[in-house]
Amino acid sequence: AARAEVTARWEMLYRGTTAREEAALGAATAREADAALHALQDSSPGSLTVYVVPEGSALLPQGTDVYVGKHRSALVRARQGLATLHARLQQLTQVMSFSASSVAAALSDRVPNSQLGPDTRRHLKSSLGYEITFSLLNPDPKSHDVDWDIEGAVNHYVQPILDKLSLVANFSVDSQILYYAVLGVTPRFDKESSSFILSAHSLPHVINPVEARLGSSAASLYPVLNFLLYVPERSHSPLYIQDKDGAPVATNAFHSPRWGGIMIYNVEAPASPQASLPLHVDVDMVRVMEVFLAQLRLLFGLSREELPPEFLVESPGNEGLADWELDCLLWAHTMENIATVSTTLTSLAQLLDQISNIVIKDDVASEVYRAVAAVQDAMAELAEGRLRSAFLASKEAVTSSERAFFDPSLLHLLYFPDDQKFAIYIPLFLPMAVPIFLSLAKMIREARQSKKEPTKMD
Amino acid sequence: MLAAGLVLVLALAAGQGQEQGAVRGVLREELLLQPLPVGDVAAVFQFRTRWDADLQRGAVSHYRLFPKALGQLVAAHGVRELHLALTQGFWRTQSWGQPPLGAPAGAELWAWFQDSVPDVDKAWKEVSNILSGIFCASLNFIDSTNTVIPTASFKPLGTTNGTDHRLLRYAVLPREVVCTENLTPWKKLLPCGSKAGLAVLLKAERLFHSSYHSQAVHIRPICRDASCLTVSWELRQTLTVVFDSFTSIQGKKDWSLFKMFSRTLTDACPLASESKVYVDISPKNKEKELLEVTPTPTSVHEAIVQGDKRTYAVYDLLSPLLFNASRSLNVQLKWKRPQDSSELSTPVLHAQRYVSGYGLQTGEISTLIHNTHPYRAFPVLLLETVPWYLRLYVHTLTIITKGKENKPSYIHYEPAQDRQRPHLLEMLIQLPANSATKISIQFERALLKWTEYPPDPNHGFYVSSSVLSALVPSVIAMKDVDVEESPLFASLFPSSDGSSYFVRLYTEPLLVNLPTPDFSMPYNVICLTCTVVAVCYGSFYNLLTRTFHVEEPGRGGLAKRLANVIRRIRGVPPL
Repeated sequence: AARAEVTARWEMLYRGTTAREEAALGAATAREADAALHALQDSSPGSLTVYVVPEGSALLPQGTDVYVGKHRSALVRARQGLATLHARLQQLTQVMSFSASSVAAALSDRVPNSQLGPDTRRHLKSSLGYEITFSLLNPDPKSHDVDWDIEGAVNHYVQPILDKLSLVANFSVDSQILYYAVLGVTPRFDKESSSFILSAHSLPHVINPVEARLGSSAASLYPVLNFLLYVPERSHSPLYIQDKDGAPVATNAFHSPRWGGIMIYNVEAPASPQASLPLHVDVDMVRVMEVFLAQLRLLFGLSREELPPEFLVESPGNEGLADWELDCLLWAHTMENIATVSTTLTSLAQLLDQISNIVIKDDVASEVYRAVAAVQDAMAELAEGRLRSAFLASKEAVTSSERAFFDPSLLHLLYFPDDQKFAIYIPLFLPMAVPIFLSLAKMIREARQSKKEPTKMD
Repeated sequence: MLAAGLVLVLALAAGQGQEQGAVRGVLREELLLQPLPVGDVAAVFQFRTRWDADLQRGAVSHYRLFPKALGQLVAAHGVRELHLALTQGFWRTQSWGQPPLGAPAGAELWAWFQDSVPDVDKAWKEVSNILSGIFCASLNFIDSTNTVIPTASFKPLGTTNGTDHRLLRYAVLPREVVCTENLTPWKKLLPCGSKAGLAVLLKAERLFHSSYHSQAVHIRPICRDASCLTVSWELRQTLTVVFDSFTSIQGKKDWSLFKMFSRTLTDACPLASESKVYVDISPKNKEKELLEVTPTPTSVHEAIVQGDKRTYAVYDLLSPLLFNASRSLNVQLKWKRPQDSSELSTPVLHAQRYVSGYGLQTGEISTLIHNTHPYRAFPVLLLETVPWYLRLYVHTLTIITKGKENKPSYIHYEPAQDRQRPHLLEMLIQLPANSATKISIQFERALLKWTEYPPDPNHGFYVSSSVLSALVPSVIAMKDVDVEESPLFASLFPSSDGSSYFVRLYTEPLLVNLPTPDFSMPYNVICLTCTVVAVCYGSFYNLLTRTFHVEEPGRGGLAKRLANVIRRIRGVPPL
């Protein structure tokens, strides 16, 4: 196996601020300064602009040393000499582009298990496209007539983030309502709170029976991200999820790495018990979409948890994704794509070694050449720091290599294995072997006798 | 023009947003129980989802009652209309009457595509592959060798603004075996699954313990309202099953839901806007009060179905009265006195098909079509699809009615190409009143390559059913019915006018033996030659490796041995 090595190289250029930047930095708050500076920046993916502000600047709030903006810029408070600043800059760059751990997470499929924590495996694999499916599960249509305005919610909350991600992959969004779809676990009744409880350790068993109903997509072969909104049956509501310590989960939701997320949406019991069934329920999409978007970010590995306390990160606002976060994704996906291409081509080569008489058609060969050229191109662009073109080249390399690998003419079952040829000739080999073995046996017998005879003589 | 269209669409979308119920779609479910003349009982389930949205524009991706898998299939591949039927068994038209929903034995798939589809063959291939995945059926075996493009037999059943038959594809797999694995995904497409409503009766072990089972999916665009400016999409899932009551219920013709399905109905599907059970209680032989249904139906419906006046007892599952007396509904039918089954009213149109001839070189396919109408003649469209390995001799095509030659008014013949496409023969034949018409054509059996034989070649090769489509003149004048109002079993095929009704019949599939080589021969040859080679090799090896010892002389020649033998007989010691 080839040993992969990743070298990270940052190019740092220092310059003085221009007059206009100076003016922008004179804004009252960091947020305004960030917005004003955005207009002045070169905003190609992969580049970062860091403004070093004096120690006593009022631009940054007390206690924060670093402010990360919505775009590709950051403000850093100068403190204790150039060496500290340099270390801080390095830390900032790793947060805003990639670090050793993010690279390891991207290549997690190719790194032995023990080296990685459980969290690194939750990221989605890089793919040319993703399908996002929102499903409303209503297991009890007799009591609940649930309705959701999914069209509006998708247009308002999901589409902006997908527009931003359109460089990374193609996305398609759809939704469905499934009736009589139940979770695989019967919740436990808790007398104290008179509610039903799903404990954390039973969550892995929840998904399987539901998944049978979700159905696969007929239109494409891209991986599917499922977001389920579960409205519990009347006899099981309200239903809450408990974490490992027994405390209720605030969002009442959980996510499954590489698969999607589930949120439980409790319907308030009607004030009067005589209320006629079914109860009409309009889902509060703001509450739901907040959770689903957070889960979507988690699935893409964009969590902001591990930042040091002196970092202040601007919320991405309506777009749901900051420019530098998009860059993080691009860095990770480019590297993952390159690794994927090398694995695909290696296994293709292994297949050719195994079956020597396999026929490689010209079009397959040209796809392989194209993949190799594109991957070299991607490496070169990556070394130059041109992220966008590197990512596009790596995407092309993946497409070509997969097309070559999955070409129908390379189906190994088409080729007759050698061991079966041997089986056909058994009727020939077996009778021919009989006299050989007989004479061997005879030779051994004679050899033994000739050994025994001298002892007899004695 | 385009901008105006867009504005219209936007306005419509806004209108839909206000009217939530309209976008959600409407579900109707219905069960028709029909005692058949010979004593069997046919049960026809229909589930109809109507969705007031246009799937084709591609913008729709939010599904409510309509199943997402099928909706995406229609939208992504430009399907205009899709009809899939999976059938086990054969509908015996002669003894059971006209089928409520005809289907050939095996799998039948036909689809109309949009004229915007660039490559219809490719879309057809993809659609059949996806359906094969959805329904766990071997529809992926549909390829150019069993796909035909009929010119006249299959018209679109939904709204249409063109019938360019190049957008149509039709294929039948007569060998397909239908079983539970096909039923489960079919049930999963229902909004209520098999958890509530009429679908609780669909228990696989009872459904497949029957003489006939046919499940189908029909997707078509229909008019949203009377003005027909916009289309809605209709998904109709149908299931027909015929229970053989004589063998299962000890010779009595009485039946009940519980006896047939081993379940009873307890509620309607909560999502359905209509949920009804119809029982055919039409009086036969003018003798009324022959049969009795319990419990008392909520209403009685009279309709003219397939040229016959029928009376139906209706149970409306949504009516609160029905479940007041008992918690479950078990429809029972009792005959007041034993009915003589000798009088079978033969249907107006029925047909048989058989293959004749001897030997493995040539043969003849004959189709017999009967018109039992006493005084009306009518034309019938016959569609024959014959695989390429039966080479039809078209010059031997003869159509004989009442001893005279009958000249078809329309013939469309597409010859087969070896390993490429099948024969397609379509004819419009006039059937005189009270007559039988025999259509026969001779064929020669082709020799296949050895890899083209299926695993059990001696079973024979299936030739799919031929399709008869006809507008049969009705005895009783029929009224034009509103599709939304009338029961589902009467509304799949549009009725053209009041005087005739549409019938589509499928004949028996044929089983033809082809000359089959002895497939064990190569192995036998290998074994034999190998043994011969091995024996030769063994003796040669022995010759080369054995050491030969010269036998010790002195034991005497032949004369001495002979002398010894003689001496032993005499009892004298040897020399």
